[in-house]
Amino acid sequence: MTDAALAPPPPVSGEVAVQITGMNKWYGQFHVLRDIDLTVTKGERIVICGPSGSGKSTLIRCINRLEEHQSGQIVVDGTELTSNLKNVDKVRSEVGMVFQHFNLFPHLTVLENCTLAPIWVRKVPKREAEETAMHFLHKVRIPEQAHKYPGQLSGGQQQRVAIARSLCMRPKIMLFDEPTSALDPEMIKEVLDTMIELARDGMTMLCVTHEMGFAQAVANRVIFMDQGQIVEQNTPREFFNNPRSERSKLFLSQILGH
Amino acid sequence: MSEIHAETVAFARDTMMPPAPPPRRETGAVRWMRENLFSGPLNIILTILAAWLLWLALRDLLPWAWRGIWQAGSASECRAIRDQLYGEGVPAACWAVVRARWRQLLFGFYPADGLWRPLLALGLFLVAVLPVLFSGAPRRLLWLSAAAPFVIVWLLWGGSLWGPVAAALGFVVGWAIWAAVARRGNAGLALLLGLGAALAWWFLLARPVAAGLASVAPLALVPVESRAFGGFTLSLVIGLAGICLSLPLGVLLALARRSELFFISKVAVAYIEVIRGVPLIVWLLVAQVVLNYFLPRGTNFDILLRVIIMVTLFSSAYIAEVIRGGLAALPSGQYEAADALGLGYWQATRLIVLPQALKISIPGIVNSFIGLFKDTTLVSIISLFDPMRISSTIRATTEWGGIYWELYVFVALVFFAFCFAMSRYSIWLERRLERSHR
Amino acid sequence: MTIAAEPPRRAFRPSQLINDSRYRGLTIQVVALLLLAGLIAYLGHNLVVNLRALGKDFDFGFLGNRAGYDIGQTLISYTNNDTHARAALVGMLNTLLVAALGCVTATVIGVLAGVLRLSKNWLIGRLMTVYVELFRNVPLLLWIVLVHAVLSNATPIPAEFRGEGATASMVFGVIAFTAQGTFIPWPVWGEGAELLTVVLLLSILAALVWRSYARRRQMATGRPLPVLWVALAILVLPTVLAFLLLGRPVTFDVPTMRETGIARFNGGVNILNSLVALWFALALYTGAFIAEIVRGGILAVSRGQSEAAFALGLRPGRTMRLVILPQALRVIVPPLISQYLNLTKNTSLAVAVGYADLRATLGGVTMNQTGRELESILLLGLFYLVVSLVISGAMNVYNRRIALKER
Ligand SMILES: Nc1ncnc2c1ncn2[C@@H]1O[C@H](COP(=O)(O)OP(=O)(O)OP(=O)(O)O)[C@@H](O)[C@H]1O
Ligand SMILES: [Mg+2]
Repeated sequence: MTDAALAPPPPVSGEVAVQITGMNKWYGQFHVLRDIDLTVTKGERIVICGPSGSGKSTLIRCINRLEEHQSGQIVVDGTELTSNLKNVDKVRSEVGMVFQHFNLFPHLTVLENCTLAPIWVRKVPKREAEETAMHFLHKVRIPEQAHKYPGQLSGGQQQRVAIARSLCMRPKIMLFDEPTSALDPEMIKEVLDTMIELARDGMTMLCVTHEMGFAQAVANRVIFMDQGQIVEQNTPREFFNNPRSERSKLFLSQILGH
Repeated sequence: MSEIHAETVAFARDTMMPPAPPPRRETGAVRWMRENLFSGPLNIILTILAAWLLWLALRDLLPWAWRGIWQAGSASECRAIRDQLYGEGVPAACWAVVRARWRQLLFGFYPADGLWRPLLALGLFLVAVLPVLFSGAPRRLLWLSAAAPFVIVWLLWGGSLWGPVAAALGFVVGWAIWAAVARRGNAGLALLLGLGAALAWWFLLARPVAAGLASVAPLALVPVESRAFGGFTLSLVIGLAGICLSLPLGVLLALARRSELFFISKVAVAYIEVIRGVPLIVWLLVAQVVLNYFLPRGTNFDILLRVIIMVTLFSSAYIAEVIRGGLAALPSGQYEAADALGLGYWQATRLIVLPQALKISIPGIVNSFIGLFKDTTLVSIISLFDPMRISSTIRATTEWGGIYWELYVFVALVFFAFCFAMSRYSIWLERRLERSHR
Repeated sequence: MTIAAEPPRRAFRPSQLINDSRYRGLTIQVVALLLLAGLIAYLGHNLVVNLRALGKDFDFGFLGNRAGYDIGQTLISYTNNDTHARAALVGMLNTLLVAALGCVTATVIGVLAGVLRLSKNWLIGRLMTVYVELFRNVPLLLWIVLVHAVLSNATPIPAEFRGEGATASMVFGVIAFTAQGTFIPWPVWGEGAELLTVVLLLSILAALVWRSYARRRQMATGRPLPVLWVALAILVLPTVLAFLLLGRPVTFDVPTMRETGIARFNGGVNILNSLVALWFALALYTGAFIAEIVRGGILAVSRGQSEAAFALGLRPGRTMRLVILPQALRVIVPPLISQYLNLTKNTSLAVAVGYADLRATLGGVTMNQTGRELESILLLGLFYLVVSLVISGAMNVYNRRIALKER
């Protein structure tokens, strides 16, 4: 199964979506991210992998400033992330994020989960927000669940709601932090299908995931991290068939070996 | 041999076995008693001990209560009837005192023809908290909940209807202006303007508007002074007002205590610890004798109002701790998701955090209320007429002098009924929350 | 590639006070500080104005003046010629006395009731449930007054203990509950009592040493040594021996009824009914709460834990001591300590039965006599605050130790 067989990769424009230069981050004394340089162009789909604790989550959480970096520069869609809260607000309303544990709001219905941010952050009228929400719920194929509460849905359905919730803000960039690792195998597929569809529509995506099939199907680039550093970057085909660094060879033999 | 062996290895059942009842043993009362009361030496000792304790407790109490005399005009009459019925000096309760004075115990000195007012107020309150306490209730009742406090104040203290209405309008004005400005974007400015408008309304316009409305449509109830409040009415007024008013303050304190801002959280911690470190009696003393020192010269308001203010400040510290527990129970993913969607602090707090945290906190809030309701008996010490003090006043009258136990038993029973019901509710709610969190 | 034109980091613009995460927190805190300072200044100003108008000052000198009132029950010597400060000290000690007595008794009652409530015995389980619900759902003040009324109305007067046809008798022949108080025996320290105390202390020490030796020995060799019985023997035997050898240095002064004259008890110590009522009511009331905590703590240790321990071959006693109790205690101790805190604060209800605690001396008679409301209430509040902070400080230390173990 190769990416070419599945879908022709949408054209990548050349315009920069995310630009990270010389970025460092510490937790107290612990140097989690070291000199990260990364440029993501619009429409690009990047998969980030690496052993546990290598800083993958921290890296993508820096991109919408759920974590603060201490040195270097992060520019998201032309806006630099600094302590300026206006910039932070702007970036967050343009970057969607999907979490490992969904983090849906349990006290709100699926529809309310999807309309909350458009209404209060984008100040969209309720009617319009609901229309958008239904549109995206159709897209993730669960429009019939709109009036249920998250607790009444299966894990896969919840994760698709979480994706729809992010899409309702019409983000330019989507971040995924291990979106399928809390799911049972049969649910993984439905979430991955949704993500593949999203990729075909040309969304700029950064995914932390260990789903190698997904990486091969849609990613333009795989980034391998270890000990807070980017160790290897390559096209998925090259990376999986012909890893260059020792660390990535070891890592691949471990996850593919089972 | 080998054939049998072969058979046991390959086996397929062709007929299913029907379920059979377990082997019979003793049934009925004897078995129950053996299992639950006499299943071993320790258990037998415990049973005997319990029976003995029960006997000790009830030996005198039950006959005394059972013989109780319900029809009498005074304690001496009671005694005369008792001597006649059971013989000289036989212990018998004189329930006649409860029959004669129940109204005072329940309503204090509230005007006799206005007793429907506190009752209606209580009913209104119960309907108003329905949507909060039971999630199944219709949402539209929330409007009633918003209006209820003003109507309840009017019902209890009487006077012109337009005073409370004008006060309520202040909130409406403030909210309207806040909403109008917030829609344009600037949240801080909106808050400032809304607050300013509300204050302006209360201090400048409310009184003339109320007076004007009163002259057009003079709707008024006979005013009742705070001094007339007593008995369980007083306990409920103080307890309920205390809990309801302390909720907003408690929420703010809990948020402040969890805040990352050093100074803000330290101030909240200091407030909470100081309030909780000192007994309520001392705070009531403060309300009674010290509070006036800190108010502008000449202000002198109602002791009941002062007590309510003090009790509000007091219970807000306890409520804050309850709500802090609710906030801590919220998974951090909720905060992160709100952040990632671009919600601001107050938006996230209002839309995501508080609705969930408050729901988890309701059992704790109900428990705080039970505690506060019981603590309202302390106001007897600063000479308000709570049920305990009403009992002593009744005992001090010439008719009912020397009556001790009957009044205590009655007061205790009423307290028990209230508090027990509420604690059952809170346990029920806790169970339900636990289930819904799975 | 576009990089937003951000001004150089050093340049500071006022709008950053609100828009910059580095300064916004500071701004908010400064505003809050100013508001708070304003409020305090306002209250302080009012206070000064009010005090001046009333011709009062703020001065603790009154504590040195003669108190001039009597106190029924004191732990230290006190007469009405002593100062207000000494009266306050007497009240303080009385508060601490009843708090300590109450905490110990409440714990005993609570643990018993909590465990018994879980017993398989239907009758005792129900009885304990009734006890817990009854006491938790009726105000403490009512219980205090009720217990006091029982003690002073339902107990015999001393005269009833006298003579052949006595209608009342002493419990175990040594304790007399009367309407005028409870008379109990009191130890009298004779010649050699100090030596006895030393022996007692040494044997406690020896028992502890034995315990830790036995533990170390077991860890090293794997063979357990008997701890409980040996420790008990170490504790009891030398003390009893010393007691007998020293010629019984400690005797008990047992209250006895006078044969002639006014019916009165001689000897022993009279504990006023107000203290007993307060003590019992506090203990029973708080005990009901503690029972619930204990029950909850035991239930919180899941059944799987004891099954796992049984499956490992631990006997029930060991399972309880090594697996269940440590976990249950972790759940029980923090709310237990906060019950101690509540009990301590609740001693201030002493005023309902006329027990001379701090609230009744400093915050009662002294305050009313001297008119020093501000000063008295400030001291009163500070005392309770300090006691509370000490208790909750102890709790924090305990919690931190537990938190460390969890890592
Ligand atoms: N809030 C924090 N405080 C201190 N250290 C942290 C914090 N969050 C993460 N870390 C540490 O930072 C390192 C990187 O964490 P991160 O969550 O980014 O790893 P990851 O690559 O996403 O791992 P995983 O695959 O397990 O999710 C880890 O060693 C972790 O222990
Ligand atoms: Mg991670």
